[in-house]
Amino acid sequence: MNDVLLPRAAVPFVAFATTLRANGIAVAPDQSVTFLAAVELLGPRSMGDIRRAAHATLAPPVEQHALFDALFDAHFLGAKGQALESSMSEGEDLRVQEERAGGFEPPESDDINEAGEVATGSEALSTRHLAPGDETALLSRFSRIAPGALPRRPGYRRVPAKSRVSFDLRRALRLAVRNDGEVMRLPQLGRKPRQRNVLLLIDVSGSMKDRSDANLRFAHAVTRAADRCEVFTFGTRLTRVTRALKLKDREQALAAAAATVSDWDGGTRIGDALTAFLSVPRFGGYARGAVVVVISDGIERGDHAAMTSTVAKLATRAWRLKWLTPLAADSRFKPETAALQSILPFLDYLGDASTTERLIDGLLTATKERAA
Amino acid sequence: MDRPEKLAEALRAAFYLADDSLATAAYLSLALGKPLLLEGVPGVGKTETAKALSGVLGRRLIRLQCYEGIDVSAALYEWNYPRQMLAIRQAGENPVDIYSDEFLIERPMLAALRAPHDAVLLIDEIDRSEHEFEALLLEFLSDFTISIPERGTISARERPVVILTSNRTRELHEALRRRCVYHYIAYPDPEREARIIMMRASGIAERTARAVAAAVGRLRQEPLSKPPGIAEAVDWAEAVDLLGKAGAPWPEVFMRSIGVALKDQEDLSFMAPRLDALLAEVAA
Repeated sequence: MNDVLLPRAAVPFVAFATTLRANGIAVAPDQSVTFLAAVELLGPRSMGDIRRAAHATLAPPVEQHALFDALFDAHFLGAKGQALESSMSEGEDLRVQEERAGGFEPPESDDINEAGEVATGSEALSTRHLAPGDETALLSRFSRIAPGALPRRPGYRRVPAKSRVSFDLRRALRLAVRNDGEVMRLPQLGRKPRQRNVLLLIDVSGSMKDRSDANLRFAHAVTRAADRCEVFTFGTRLTRVTRALKLKDREQALAAAAATVSDWDGGTRIGDALTAFLSVPRFGGYARGAVVVVISDGIERGDHAAMTSTVAKLATRAWRLKWLTPLAADSRFKPETAALQSILPFLDYLGDASTTERLIDGLLTATKERAA
Repeated sequence: MDRPEKLAEALRAAFYLADDSLATAAYLSLALGKPLLLEGVPGVGKTETAKALSGVLGRRLIRLQCYEGIDVSAALYEWNYPRQMLAIRQAGENPVDIYSDEFLIERPMLAALRAPHDAVLLIDEIDRSEHEFEALLLEFLSDFTISIPERGTISARERPVVILTSNRTRELHEALRRRCVYHYIAYPDPEREARIIMMRASGIAERTARAVAAAVGRLRQEPLSKPPGIAEAVDWAEAVDLLGKAGAPWPEVFMRSIGVALKDQEDLSFMAPRLDALLAEVAA
């Protein structure tokens, strides 16, 4: 099938696409064609021309710019070695760090957690193999009911409906044409309901160790069932795992998520993690009008002032802010720690996170309109 | 304009400073007849690029602002129903074509398609629209055709210049990215930002521009909910200049005009303890 021979000069450019694909950057065939056309258009007069053409036409996501450049160097300049190695290992694009290329710096003062930075020795690092759960039946039942049970709001898209927002003039005209221009009936348009965004913030620190696996399995089920769902984990740093959890197969998704998160079972810095979350506008935007569910025991190391102020901020953006803690399993539980006490006024719901069933209840429980 | 450098020069004449990669991307988009997709955080000048480009090309800018729920009737075309109805009534027994041009209302995308020579179409903030609208865009962006059920397919005689922008509040569909020439606009480095400030605001001393550029650069490193964009930097430089002319002392003018750069009470109170030192440092 090698009848069609490429001109020799074109071979490296076409082969570059293969290199990219092998390293997890998706490139469509027509993008390769455009790339070739672009290179031809530009001359090319320098390596810079080729690099810029590659960026413009092959469109790697910003998070993968470093990897892309390293691969480019390796492919066209033959500069294999350290640069490639190091950027390959950081190729995971799911951390807060992904925003760096765009000029965002997650909080970086000395005592604040460097989200996405290489973990320091003092941070307990461990890789986790998530065990398959026995709550499979529960989760699949949740998946069935969730699309109907998750909260909705009226969207801005118009569909034929009984409750009227405006008239469907297009259909009215069509009906009228059938009756020689006589309008017999005015069809109506209403607003199409739209599922609210769901935002899960999951504590994976040491104190939540027993439930971390189950929480992620729950998060996977929610990601699959909801129209729009974002999932972040936090411990000593903040990690976006939405992309990993979007994989259909649960085991694969959990393995991908487990590989992404690198601060399993460490300490907690809830305040810092949430500040990091809110300070990336793209992430902070996910919370707007959303059902925000924080799964955490709320045990904050040190001063809780940062935690209080960010929870307050989060509450103003969210439609509902729910806090689920495994400590609430005990019937004698009262939110008595200073940290929990201080955030209590901002929560719409404080619930139990000790079993998956409780998590589901917590997510689906309707809460009253927040006072003030 | 047969080279990216020449396009960059022309853009500079239109008061827009483009770096090499943006100039290359814009040039490729024009030369290859593909839409240009610009992504970046709010305030880095995505919309400005489109304005400058339309100025350079001498075409009018048709802007389509996206929002949740945007649909065919707002983006492509709409029938003039009252007039159609009147036409049916007036025609009586005579046959009448109620789907002719006189009843068709052009919306931005159709307008750009019909006048590819004198329009630049800016589809602003696509990330605000929903997936339904993105799907609608696909047909338009790959073939530059629009299907109107009552009329058939309308296609462009020539490919119009289309610029799309996104703030990345959500990820765009891969198919959409693939059809475009892509560029991610990052914040400019202080050097370039100072030049942008001097270009955009007339009569600003270089010292002021540099200090402001350095200050906003530092502010963007902080975990703020609304980091200052380029427009804020320009405003700030103008404010500093204005206050300076009115006789306010040099480092203090930055502090007094901080409201132009930081527009969020939380951000202001977060920065308050360190702001004085930061400003004194950059103003030195």
